[in-house]
Amino acid sequence: MLVVELDGKPTLGRLLPGVAVQQLSASAALAEYLDTHGLSRVTRRLASRGIIDVVATASPGIDDIVVLGKIKQLERSGLYDLVVVDGPAAGHAITFLLAAKSLLSSVRGGPIHTQATDVAEMLADPTRCQVVLVTLPEATPVNEAVETAYALEERVGVHLAPVVVNAVDSGPGLPADEAPEGSPMRLAAEFRNARRAVHETECIRLGDELALPQLVLPIVAGSQLTAESIDALADEWAPR
Amino acid sequence: MSAAAGHTPSPSSGPATGATPDTAPGATPDTAPGPAADTGPTLAHHLATAEVLVCCGSGGVGKTTSAAALGLEACRLGRRAVVVTIDPAKRLADALGVPGGLGNDPVQLQVPGDGQLWAPMLDTATTFDGLVRANAADAEQAERILANGFYRNVAGSLSGTQEYMAAERLHALHNDPRFDLVIVDTPPTRNALDFLDAPGTIAKFIDHPLFKLLMMPTRRGMKVLNLAAQPLLRTIGRVVGGDVLADAVAFFQAFAGMETGFRRRADEVTALLSSDVTRFVLVASPRADTIEEACYFASRLAASRLEVGAVVVNRCTPTFGPPPARRPRAAARAALYDNLLELRTNAGVEREQAAALLQATGVPAGTHTTWVPTLPGDVHTLDALATIRGLLFD
Ligand SMILES: Nc1ncnc2c1ncn2[C@@H]1O[C@H](COP(=O)(O)OP(=O)(O)OP(=O)(O)O)[C@@H](O)[C@H]1O
Ligand SMILES: [Mg+2]
Repeated sequence: MLVVELDGKPTLGRLLPGVAVQQLSASAALAEYLDTHGLSRVTRRLASRGIIDVVATASPGIDDIVVLGKIKQLERSGLYDLVVVDGPAAGHAITFLLAAKSLLSSVRGGPIHTQATDVAEMLADPTRCQVVLVTLPEATPVNEAVETAYALEERVGVHLAPVVVNAVDSGPGLPADEAPEGSPMRLAAEFRNARRAVHETECIRLGDELALPQLVLPIVAGSQLTAESIDALADEWAPR
Repeated sequence: MSAAAGHTPSPSSGPATGATPDTAPGATPDTAPGPAADTGPTLAHHLATAEVLVCCGSGGVGKTTSAAALGLEACRLGRRAVVVTIDPAKRLADALGVPGGLGNDPVQLQVPGDGQLWAPMLDTATTFDGLVRANAADAEQAERILANGFYRNVAGSLSGTQEYMAAERLHALHNDPRFDLVIVDTPPTRNALDFLDAPGTIAKFIDHPLFKLLMMPTRRGMKVLNLAAQPLLRTIGRVVGGDVLADAVAFFQAFAGMETGFRRRADEVTALLSSDVTRFVLVASPRADTIEEACYFASRLAASRLEVGAVVVNRCTPTFGPPPARRPRAAARAALYDNLLELRTNAGVEREQAAALLQATGVPAGTHTTWVPTLPGDVHTLDALATIRGLLFD
């Protein structure tokens, strides 16, 4: 299998020793695309001075489509059973995945049109591609996940896999009133109960508003995830 | 995103009524002793002396919440403050008790204090349109640009535009005699640095070779006539399909004459950002990625000789005082003891790791750091915001 990271600082390599990780950046992909399509002389002269930006701005989504095109190429290469893409944040995810459809209606013919057709095909086929939404058990992220889910289904037409709720603190209610009011044990229990109640309420609300199975990951204490904590999280989902 | 806030039933809509989980007793836990001595100016000092405060940090760390809490404190101190917020969920507007949400024009909020607190919501497209109108030679030029497809893409979706407009807005509000303090909540960006680079966004286009190519001095009133003859444009058109650049070319032509005004304005904004009346408040959570981003930002500020104000590490695991000497025997009380100890251990580890990360990179030694615990509930009522204010300043 292959893991693809989009833009940003590379972090997954450190967390996934032994797993193939590839970086894809929109601007690099677009530069490469223009290069292989006969703009090499021009881009060499102008790339550093922003011709890429002008093209990307003149035709919104074109940088997204070349990235999606690369992902499709990896999927079609036959080298991997599974390609996992660490996608953009909720707000940008819709525009990102919508790029194929938007470009199909605005650009007629040419290599970009072909590219967009292929990508749209991949996105629409649930045996080839599914989207895993990831959210947190808090009000704003849950609202965003619900909106994103509807937008993806209605506007992009992509199949939604189970939704992941990350960093959930779950556990039985603590008998806070066993300790005297205002005591450290009492306050700590009240705090924990309140946080767990928020998490539970939000998971239930997510289930009510979004008819998708949920996969829950427990919260990991500390500042930093390590390869070991990722392994432990993966075990949560391992068939028992 | 904003449209969605309306159709999702939210307990936070409308004014806060009575006690909510946000302000349950115990919402103000003690904070563990910090390992580093913060010798630099405190947040309170910056709040009292700055004319511009910019809250930056990674997504979701609490920039909007901090900006609002700073606003409450400013009002308490008698300052005439305006908070420019970019809160897509409109929860802040709800929390501040603004019926119908915030608009592009500042409205005065009913909050306690001798000062005033005002808040507009940043509307990127409207702000950009205003900038075009202000710099256009005449209404006709302005309309030509505003109607252009390429311009709409720049104003609506180009990454960096929102940051640029936030910077532009802060400049305008800084010159507005109604206010003596501007607090800016920066947009959720993948990269907090976009805000610093913001004024460069438009320069990137007006310094563009394509722009220069098109603006080559020709006889009066005659721009480049035969666009299709430009080999560059022809090639690009062939590769990306159709005449996607036609709008871009039209935009550059329509823009002619305005670049000086835009560049001067961008320079003024940069000057304000780098003057010592502006302080940056770096907001992070105790998670490594958010601290690394804050540190990287701090090193960039230092490199440009900008003022690194203070650091806020928000959403820390709270601690609640020392545990009893021994673990109780009864199962129920033992569970409470274990929970207290678990939170205390987690808080300690988190604090130590976060402090080490802060020291390891970027942030100048001695920069004042305020540690704010996670509250029991969301911060979307005025009461909860007041609690955060207290945690930041009292
Ligand atoms: N100390 C805290 N305790 C509990 N909840 C908090 C705390 N600080 C912030 N929150 C909550 O965390 C969420 C994110 O906070 P906020 O919107 O201020 O972050 P932000 O940095 O502005 O996010 P964005 O990058 O998306 O603009 C909000 O729902 C807020 O209520
Ligand atoms: Mg915000």
